[in-house]
Amino acid sequence: MNELREWGLTLLIFAPLIGAAIMMAFPKTDEGIHKVIALGTTIVTAIIGVILLIDFDYDRADEMQWAVERDWIDIIRAEYAVGIDGMSLPLLILTLLVVPLVIIYSWNHFPNPHNPKAFLMLILVLHTGMIGSFVARDLVLFFVFFEVVLLPMFFMIAVWGGEDRKYASLKFFLYTLFGSALMLVSFLALFFLAGAETFSIVGLAEAVADGDISRNAQIWIFGGMLLGFGIKVPMFPFHTWLPDAHTQAPTQGSVILAAVLLKLGTYGFVRIAIPILPEAAVVWAPWIGLLACIGIIYGALGCLAQTDMKRLIAFSSVAHMGYVMLGIATLTDWGINAAIFGMVAHGLITGMLFFVAGSVKERYHTLEISRLGGLLVSAPRMGWILGFISMASLGLPGLAGFWGEFPAILAAYNPANGLPVGLFRVYMVIAALGTVLAAGYLLWLLQRTAMGEPSEEFANDPHITDPNREEWIAWTPLLVLILVFGLVPGLIFNVTDPAVEANISDCLSADVGDDKANFDVGACERDGLDAALAELGVAIGDGE
Amino acid sequence: MTGLLSSFLAVEAVPDVSFTTEANWFLENVWIIPLLPILSFFAILFFGKRLPQGGAEIGIAAVGLAFVLAILTNIAWLDHRDNFDYHDGETRTHLEKHDDHAEDEHASALLEVDGVTESVVLSFAEEGAEGAEEIHPSVAVISERSWFTNGDVDFTAGTIVDGPVALMLFVVTTISLLVHIYSTDYVSGDRRYTHFFAFLSLFTGSMLAYVVSHNILQMIVTWELVGLCSFALIGHWWEEKPNSDAALKAFLTNRVGDIGLLVGMVILFFSAGGTFDVVEINEKAVSGEISQTALTWAAISLTAAVMSKSGQFVLHTWLPDAMAGPTPVSALIHAATLVVAGVFMIARLYPVFWYGFVIPGSDINGLALIGSITVVFGGLLAFVQNDIKKVLAYSTVSQLGYMVLALGVGAWTAALFHLFTHAFFKAGLFLGSGSVAHSVHSFDMKKDMGGMRKFMPTTFKTFIICSIALAGVFPFAGFWSKDEILVGTGGFGVGAGKANGEYTLMLVMGLVGAMLTGAYMTRCIYLTFFGEFRGHGHPHESGPRITIPLIILSVFAFGAGFLNFPPGFLTGDAKKPSFWQERFGHFVEPLAAYFPPISHSVPSWWLAIIASVIGLIGPAIAYFYYFVLVDRKAKETGEKLTELPNGPTTSVGFLKAGHTLLVNKYYLDHLYQNVIVGFTKGPLSKAAYWFNQNVLDGVVDEAGRTAVRSGNFIYRYIDQGAIEGVVNGSGRASTSGGQGLRKIQTGKVQQYAALLFAGATVLAGIFMFVN
Repeated sequence: MNELREWGLTLLIFAPLIGAAIMMAFPKTDEGIHKVIALGTTIVTAIIGVILLIDFDYDRADEMQWAVERDWIDIIRAEYAVGIDGMSLPLLILTLLVVPLVIIYSWNHFPNPHNPKAFLMLILVLHTGMIGSFVARDLVLFFVFFEVVLLPMFFMIAVWGGEDRKYASLKFFLYTLFGSALMLVSFLALFFLAGAETFSIVGLAEAVADGDISRNAQIWIFGGMLLGFGIKVPMFPFHTWLPDAHTQAPTQGSVILAAVLLKLGTYGFVRIAIPILPEAAVVWAPWIGLLACIGIIYGALGCLAQTDMKRLIAFSSVAHMGYVMLGIATLTDWGINAAIFGMVAHGLITGMLFFVAGSVKERYHTLEISRLGGLLVSAPRMGWILGFISMASLGLPGLAGFWGEFPAILAAYNPANGLPVGLFRVYMVIAALGTVLAAGYLLWLLQRTAMGEPSEEFANDPHITDPNREEWIAWTPLLVLILVFGLVPGLIFNVTDPAVEANISDCLSADVGDDKANFDVGACERDGLDAALAELGVAIGDGE
Repeated sequence: MTGLLSSFLAVEAVPDVSFTTEANWFLENVWIIPLLPILSFFAILFFGKRLPQGGAEIGIAAVGLAFVLAILTNIAWLDHRDNFDYHDGETRTHLEKHDDHAEDEHASALLEVDGVTESVVLSFAEEGAEGAEEIHPSVAVISERSWFTNGDVDFTAGTIVDGPVALMLFVVTTISLLVHIYSTDYVSGDRRYTHFFAFLSLFTGSMLAYVVSHNILQMIVTWELVGLCSFALIGHWWEEKPNSDAALKAFLTNRVGDIGLLVGMVILFFSAGGTFDVVEINEKAVSGEISQTALTWAAISLTAAVMSKSGQFVLHTWLPDAMAGPTPVSALIHAATLVVAGVFMIARLYPVFWYGFVIPGSDINGLALIGSITVVFGGLLAFVQNDIKKVLAYSTVSQLGYMVLALGVGAWTAALFHLFTHAFFKAGLFLGSGSVAHSVHSFDMKKDMGGMRKFMPTTFKTFIICSIALAGVFPFAGFWSKDEILVGTGGFGVGAGKANGEYTLMLVMGLVGAMLTGAYMTRCIYLTFFGEFRGHGHPHESGPRITIPLIILSVFAFGAGFLNFPPGFLTGDAKKPSFWQERFGHFVEPLAAYFPPISHSVPSWWLAIIASVIGLIGPAIAYFYYFVLVDRKAKETGEKLTELPNGPTTSVGFLKAGHTLLVNKYYLDHLYQNVIVGFTKGPLSKAAYWFNQNVLDGVVDEAGRTAVRSGNFIYRYIDQGAIEGVVNGSGRASTSGGQGLRKIQTGKVQQYAALLFAGATVLAGIFMFVN
């Protein structure tokens, strides 16, 4: 076991690359072998994930576990430092779950121009990048993995995408690369200003806390990260690459993009930007909140205007990630717990939505909403699934989506010290309004696609059938988890909470230097709440 | 002290206890009751189709078992209410200070009456001291388990049983069981029979889970789940667009109210110091730990939720449309149970509303006003409906208005009592209308009904009994509950001492509503059961699975009111209720530290008589119009008339205008659907999307084009120079109008990437200097 604790994460990161390397040895025509190798590799990673889940010490979820530190590029003090804690565990597990499911879904449905070998190899490389991003504890390492993700996705869209794939893929690539560049600038600035000693996240956070970097520089650096991560999320107004990328990407690409890739941005905020630069976070938070709220309403309006099902789902991501960003902007435990929950929930739900959209496309050969209809008649189970995930997506309590939304709204009522309370309460109401719009566009979509009688065109089409075996295998785990997380939110909250406390609360309650006055504004209220919470803890403790 | 107490009858010495965790097994394990129907939902969904009865048997078994458990829970509650030893038992409140002080001091509560603050000293520890007799408290039973941790606080999920919960368990399971039995006949042969029963089960389970919720987070979850079931059942026949439209409308209107729900609950969570616990929030509201401002904002926000869920004016518009669902659903969900979820929420969090709206000592407040407007305006709409279910739907709106009005004026018990009686007679009416419609295959009273009393005697009799109960005629159930509400208003100073304030406007509106109720039901009965049969075919009485539930409901419609005889009824002394008076109030109303010190009005014979007379004027006029004038005209002309040709609404100017206004439902639907929804779905979303495509994306594309140009510039003049670059560059420069990025060859990617990273390095250098 100790061996695995030492080597587990490294194995996890490089297993997909090894798989891809083995695949290179076989000719393109041996499709079966490629499928088996790819699936086998991802299942190995998933098994390691399960072992990690079992071995993970949930009482110490605030500490890095399975942690490894090795010298890497000595000249720039970059380390190979990986580890997993309560904040990254849910996202890592999400990744390890989704990728094998995507491969199973692909089994007999490789998009044109087919070529499973290349397609699966790209997915495996992508897998490495995603895993690496979630376990990296060093900024250089993180950046490398963050960038590794870009190219495979670019090729997936550019080669296997829809009609407008070149435009969409290039826009995706350049836009996110632009963000990455700014992010890199910020990382480098941090490194040099903090004395060029370390790229470790914890080390940099300590250096900043010690006052090594001026407040102004912190704000600038945070701004760079904001752009870098914000584009990836994507936040309004940097989201325009997303609808194009999603619409043009093959189903598998869309699912991975929605389920995991978007989370790299939000994860960057909670893992890197805020813990290292809490003071700057407080300065930027009202603006992040503003953009989040605009995103919520604007994304929903964008959805209402869509005539294409897949594009509608893509726009809904803008709205949903708005809730995640709002949770982050509050800089409270509640908000950030909600954000992480929201990331997982959005990954499951929107991933599912894209799966279904892909399957609809395969059956109808169109996603034009006005031509669809009567899915519940033609393929009842598929219609039910669409109904179920629409409900989950609109944040129905009892399903996973709710726990990302409601706690974020709740947190906005009482944001962290130093944030304008009145403003955030306005955000809260706007976000609550967004839930109405979300219900509007999702139910309208459901009504137009699933309800009613099928149109003449598709009334007796034998191709329109209920999910087949691969689809069931790929979808069932996601559907079950949407329900389970909805009923037992503790499965995620209990894991993230200690880590969030350690990473966020501590850094925000630390002495924050010259901005004392600003911080005292909300302090009284906050203290009152803390006291009350402590009291409540006592009361509940007594009760048992 | 003694004098003060006696002038406010119900300022009782409320013992300083709230809840216990140790009680009768049935009270501790009440979670089983909602769980049964929820499990039944999954069982029906997965196995229903393979069973001989299509899953109905699972549903009936589960709900039947839940019904039995609910009865046992109620019996346990009756015993617990009076006999629980709260001195020795494991009882407490969430407020620590009470524990410290209860031993040696009198806890005091501030009661504001007519602007004068009186400190009423309530004595608990020293029994009988200072003249205040100790009242046996109603100790809630709570059981809870850890649910999740957030912000380092452990949140629990659990159940609470107290008076209102026990009541709701009984009401929901009873009506649900009857509706299940009725449905086996009514929807037999339906295209989605199994699906129907699955959702009936889920609905019953969610509603039961809602009422036993011990924290507001659970309330939100289950509140939305009942909304989901409502959506699924209204849209049961989703092949037809009007049905799915109605389902969407119901869900979305409720979502609008849910904004208020979320905001209100969030305010309560923070103002109560970070807890979702209902009892704790209530205790803190009572003890004054939550500020007045917070309570007011929370109460206003939650009222919005109540308006949508409980069909209060102006968010009631979804409720009549919800009649698109099968009739048993209308009876169960849109009359007897789901729509009272809002009313129940006010009752559950009553201290929030009590203090938030400053109910005691006022003469008007938001809640009472909304309720009273709904009573009258909802009732008026019932007059212009031709669809029998829509008459009943608007009647439901109006009756829900009574409940909200009652809560608004402080008549808590009266509101719950009306909820109780209304559930039976309204379910009876809906199921009765379904029985008729089942036989004539239509809901249109004017086209397809008339003279049904001859064909369907049992349905007719039960319908009449339920209508009389609804109209509030002595001694039927509706009389007692409506009278209690009217007395509770304290309008014109009735009820000896304006118990909670003098709500004269509410009394007037309540009386007008009573008049309207009788009138529209008279119209409905005439059109359905009297005159000549106007439909086709040969209608006949429904089978026993339909008529037996009707008979059971009409028995309740007659007798349910006897459970709460007003104190002093037939005995004369209102201050000393006899053992058979006020039973309902005694067992349902919480007397504990988590409930505000509400006062009870003294019943007034005069008001009862006046209200009865007024309540009969309406039906009398309607009777004269339909049974005399229309009937005579019909016999003269030999036609099948449903109204007078050239009647007042077509000849008199202002009546005609009023009629048009009512037919158009006050133009609210027009406002919502065409103006608000239409604008959002149309121009607004299109404008946002245009902005997205042309402005935001325009900037991106332009940036891309500029990058290409400058890249080419560098490539041409600095890197390569000469011919090749010129060709490439000119080729690209000639493409314009959003085509810029599309034309780029993917092979150039590395080039741009290199460019960007070069830029990044330069910027990093700049940062060094910024510092």
